[in-house]
Amino acid sequence: MAATDDAARELWPEPIQAVPLRRPGRWIAATIILVLLGLFVYGAATNPAYKWDTYAKYLFDTRILAGAAVTLELTVLAMLIAIVLGTVLAVMRLSPNPVLRATAWVYLWVFRGTPVFVQLVFWGLFPSLYKQIVLGVPFGPSFVEFDVQSLQAAFAFAVIGLGLNEAAYMAEIVRAGINSVGEGQREASVALGMSWAQTMRRTVLPQAMRVIIPPTGNELIGMLKTTSLVTAIPLSTDLYGRARDIYGVNFQPIPLLLVTATWYLAITSVLMVGQYYLERHYSRGVSRQLTAKQLRALADAQKPDIAK
Amino acid sequence: MTATADAPVPMIRAERVCKSFGALQVLKGVSLEVARGEVLCLIGPSGSGKSTFLRCINHLEQVNAGRLYVDGQLVGYRQKGDKLYELHPREAARQRRDIGMVFQHFNLFPHRTALENIIEAPTQVKKVPKARALERGRELLARVGMADKADAYPAQLSGGQQQRVAIARALAMDPKLMLFDEPTSALDPELVGEVLTVMRELADSGMTMVVVTHEMGFAREVADQLVFMDGGVVVESGPPRKVLAEPEHERTKAFLSRLL
Repeated sequence: MAATDDAARELWPEPIQAVPLRRPGRWIAATIILVLLGLFVYGAATNPAYKWDTYAKYLFDTRILAGAAVTLELTVLAMLIAIVLGTVLAVMRLSPNPVLRATAWVYLWVFRGTPVFVQLVFWGLFPSLYKQIVLGVPFGPSFVEFDVQSLQAAFAFAVIGLGLNEAAYMAEIVRAGINSVGEGQREASVALGMSWAQTMRRTVLPQAMRVIIPPTGNELIGMLKTTSLVTAIPLSTDLYGRARDIYGVNFQPIPLLLVTATWYLAITSVLMVGQYYLERHYSRGVSRQLTAKQLRALADAQKPDIAK
Repeated sequence: MTATADAPVPMIRAERVCKSFGALQVLKGVSLEVARGEVLCLIGPSGSGKSTFLRCINHLEQVNAGRLYVDGQLVGYRQKGDKLYELHPREAARQRRDIGMVFQHFNLFPHRTALENIIEAPTQVKKVPKARALERGRELLARVGMADKADAYPAQLSGGQQQRVAIARALAMDPKLMLFDEPTSALDPELVGEVLTVMRELADSGMTMVVVTHEMGFAREVADQLVFMDGGVVVESGPPRKVLAEPEHERTKAFLSRLL
């Protein structure tokens, strides 16, 4: 091996070792930003109005933690409904069946055309419209009954209200994604004998994901914050609702709002990490750039050539 | 269409096939026949309806008038007595399974590797076990000279390599008929040869092929029948050497003189 390495070194010119270009602009910008940031942090730390001791006291308060958990549950469940229903609606809007197309259009028209706050208030009033929900055969036997007056019902209505509203937006995102996949891809699938459903599931949707995921991440983070509107149901077990209850008693809204902001930011950060990995998964085949594994295989194949 | 002993059913039989898009008539009565194992090359100016006719054969476009049969079976419709019934998409998909198609722009699935592209239809449509599909996929890749690129994504391949994978993908469904829609038109000149070589080998193996092409050299050497189309009709057809050397019609002459 050593002999071939020597031979290779003789053949190849010295690698270039140039002095890197100086970039003083970056250092100046960094200094200015750091000084400004330092001044702000100093000001905030020494200003008694922020009440940092109260902030510290409530940051890990069990009520706040439970509220954060409820907010996260609301977000995840509502988004699950939104993504599944939104995909169904998008596929319906693009399907050859005119009945499905029209139905999806009307759904979008209603749920995107009215404010989510109003929709949530409506869901809160649902129990005064329908006393109980019974699943079963019309005018026949019933299988399941829900009591719509309980607290669990308020949570369920919050999830349903947020999810159905968001589905309308997700439908448009998924539709944009589907339309971004070239006509040739569908033709190739159909020419291979794949059905319309197979073409959607195997060819179109996986490629559409690349376009769908970034705005969906946006919607997910938007949803996290929209959950604070569940007060319209009314439901106050979420993060913001709990903080409001606490500062309604101790009259210190600023530190408690900082506490909620901290938790919203923390959850958002976790969600962004998830988005990064999802995007990486669905960008397969997009770049001409070879993966590390492929590069290594090519380099191995090249070795005997250098030795020659 | 019933087969008789002395006249076997042709692979393709077109009887005055017409196709219009709205008010625009693209095919105005195309009649031709392709026997089993025969290679037919379709040439003609752009807009003459060659590609549309090709797409009618595997029902990517629906024929408006006339009759088109593949392997004795009416394409896109079912005939009961005098009436024609539209086929259910499932039945249309079943007809397409046996017809391979290669596109001008390859249309490989960019999110799947070369090998995954090839096994997609066999595993999804024909429900072939994955292990067997992979084995056959590697054989097909070797056949088109792409054995070492099994794990490459289409974006990492040259145009010629992509088209060879696309041919292998079509072959994976064991088609009885292969359609080529200007397979080399989107390629750099130095890459055309490798694709034509694969197609020539395919023709030699006895595959029935319909090729829309501008490669006159390929048409002369490989085709059994050369068809010149213009304005939605077949202007002239016959053995390629004869049509290319002594065209009978003025329009054929004019077209060929522009090419050479």
